[in-house]
Amino acid sequence: MTKPRVFLVDDHSMFRSGVRSELAGAVDIVGEAADVGPAISQIAESLPEVVLLDVHLPGGGGQDVVAATKAEHPDIKFLALSASDAPEDVIAVIRAGARGYVTKTISGTELIDAIRRVAAGDAVFSPRLAGFVLDAFAAGHSADLDRPSFDPELDQLTGREREVLRLIARGYTYREVAKELFISVKTVESHVSSVLRKLQLSTRHQLTRWAAERRLT
Amino acid sequence: MPADPREQPASGEDQAPGEGQPAGACQSHWSTRLERHGIRLARGPASPGPLRRARDGQLLGGVAAGVAKRTGLSVGLIRVVIVVAALITTGYLAMPYVLAWLFIPAEGADSNIASKALTDKRGIGLAVGLTSVLVVALVIASALNASFLPAVPLIVCAAGLVLISRNAPEEELAYLRSLGEPAGLTSTAPRSRRVLRLAAGALVIIFGLYALLQGHERLALLRPLAGVMLLVGGIALALGPWWLRIAREAVAERQARIRAEERADMASRVHDSVLQTLALIQRRAGDQQQVIQLARAQERELRAWLFDGRPPGSMKGQASTVADGVRLIQQEVESQHGLAVDAVTVGDCELDDDMSALLAAAREATVNAAKWSGADSVSLFAEVEPDAVAMFVRDRGRGFDPAAVPADRKGLAESVRARLARRGGSATIRSAPGEGTEVSLVMPRSADDRMPRRP
Repeated sequence: MTKPRVFLVDDHSMFRSGVRSELAGAVDIVGEAADVGPAISQIAESLPEVVLLDVHLPGGGGQDVVAATKAEHPDIKFLALSASDAPEDVIAVIRAGARGYVTKTISGTELIDAIRRVAAGDAVFSPRLAGFVLDAFAAGHSADLDRPSFDPELDQLTGREREVLRLIARGYTYREVAKELFISVKTVESHVSSVLRKLQLSTRHQLTRWAAERRLT
Repeated sequence: MPADPREQPASGEDQAPGEGQPAGACQSHWSTRLERHGIRLARGPASPGPLRRARDGQLLGGVAAGVAKRTGLSVGLIRVVIVVAALITTGYLAMPYVLAWLFIPAEGADSNIASKALTDKRGIGLAVGLTSVLVVALVIASALNASFLPAVPLIVCAAGLVLISRNAPEEELAYLRSLGEPAGLTSTAPRSRRVLRLAAGALVIIFGLYALLQGHERLALLRPLAGVMLLVGGIALALGPWWLRIAREAVAERQARIRAEERADMASRVHDSVLQTLALIQRRAGDQQQVIQLARAQERELRAWLFDGRPPGSMKGQASTVADGVRLIQQEVESQHGLAVDAVTVGDCELDDDMSALLAAAREATVNAAKWSGADSVSLFAEVEPDAVAMFVRDRGRGFDPAAVPADRKGLAESVRARLARRGGSATIRSAPGEGTEVSLVMPRSADDRMPRRP
């Protein structure tokens, strides 16, 4: 497997060098930035495959970097990395176009695995993100079901997707989810990608409210 | 200016015979008469020592009560004398009361309000500002031929009260605020009271205007009025900015005080949590495991404070919902057993007895994983659904063969299972050697606390 080209965006230099040493050998780190402005210009220059992105940055949110880069370079993929537990931050950066979210407490090998997944075009769901999504797509929001624009294709999770997310929230890896549900890992990945698409495109009230709180729609 | 009766201090000694003096027939005659109206003349023996404002039984500043204590005369009598004297002299004898309030220390205090007021530059500025406003008002009044106003006592009392209200000790101010409460003078007074106050103010203004206009022929009034307007305009032009500045400074000072209080609150919170933990970390720098535990627990607490607004230290035993309870388990196990608990909650509901039992079982399972699994993290997942709440505790530790567990170790699983079964819930344990363990717990929700859901 070729080494994915990775760009690091985080305002803590200690954290950047920590990630650098953990990823050394497994990925090719092509650059790093500490701020929104420099990140956007340097990503455009170095054209990495995956950008590891801190949700909280001094010159704005991580979603600004995603939004600015996506317009020019739709191929560059983003993996959000954060110490924050606030759902609105995470949902906002996913809706801007990030392909996944992991917490900063993740181990080195798990992070390398997540980067490879994102580079291959898959979505990466941490247990926490799976929990947020289940919450946001919970069945009880009657305001959504009454809406004339309610689109079951986008605004609802299928039973299978729910099962997959529940297992991820319980701490299962994709492989363990596949074994549990008697399906292939590829099928698990396609379910997760479909959930990610819904997360980004749905106009569910809960999601748009979270996004609005971060000034992003 | 408050319309309260002014009391008068030291002069009370001249106006009524003291305790030690021979009690004449005249006095006993008066005392029986007054007693019939509920006013006792002599209250008790005079207390020795210097004159102090009383801190109990006071009505305003405690001057009359203080004099009563000192001389042994009845408070009621002294109050009546002071009020009557103030009224007869059109307010001139109210001044000594305010001055006494300023210069006589309160009981138990070693300095008077005035000495503190001397260092209060802004208070003095406010008093001078108010005085200038009153002088202008009085000039206007006299231009309108309304010279009946008791100008000098009004100004002195107003300035004195400004200084008192800024420099009196806190408990005295609290007492004065409680006096203002029923009159709707405080910002927290109910709306009806405030409306009443406004109505009373409007009534007084109307009467004042009526009194002013009555004394003049309609046309004749116009010329002095124009002059007065010019006068007011000129004074406002000259002194306006200064008045504004004084008012602004008073507001800014108030805001600064509020900010300082917030900062102090913040500082004490940070001290109780973050600083204490940092101190612990320094002391245990050698024990890496301990340091990690402490940092992790502190991180949770700080995060709960910053993102969920739950102040540090207020969590213990205060979980009111399932999500709170899950966080509590997470914090507890992380700080006591030094492994990461990856907790995820979907939905939330009130914590009733059933849910408390479920959480207790989940806690037991989490602690068990921390003790026996050997894994460095545990996943704790709770999902609140319309008709049931499910919780899963999973670790990737060494696992075990549930069938081969010795009888004396089954106790825990049984107690967890039995505890849930009594309330209609269930527990299943899935484990195999080398594959970790997962405990699944389900508790149905009682019908009355389910949220109404659509089909």
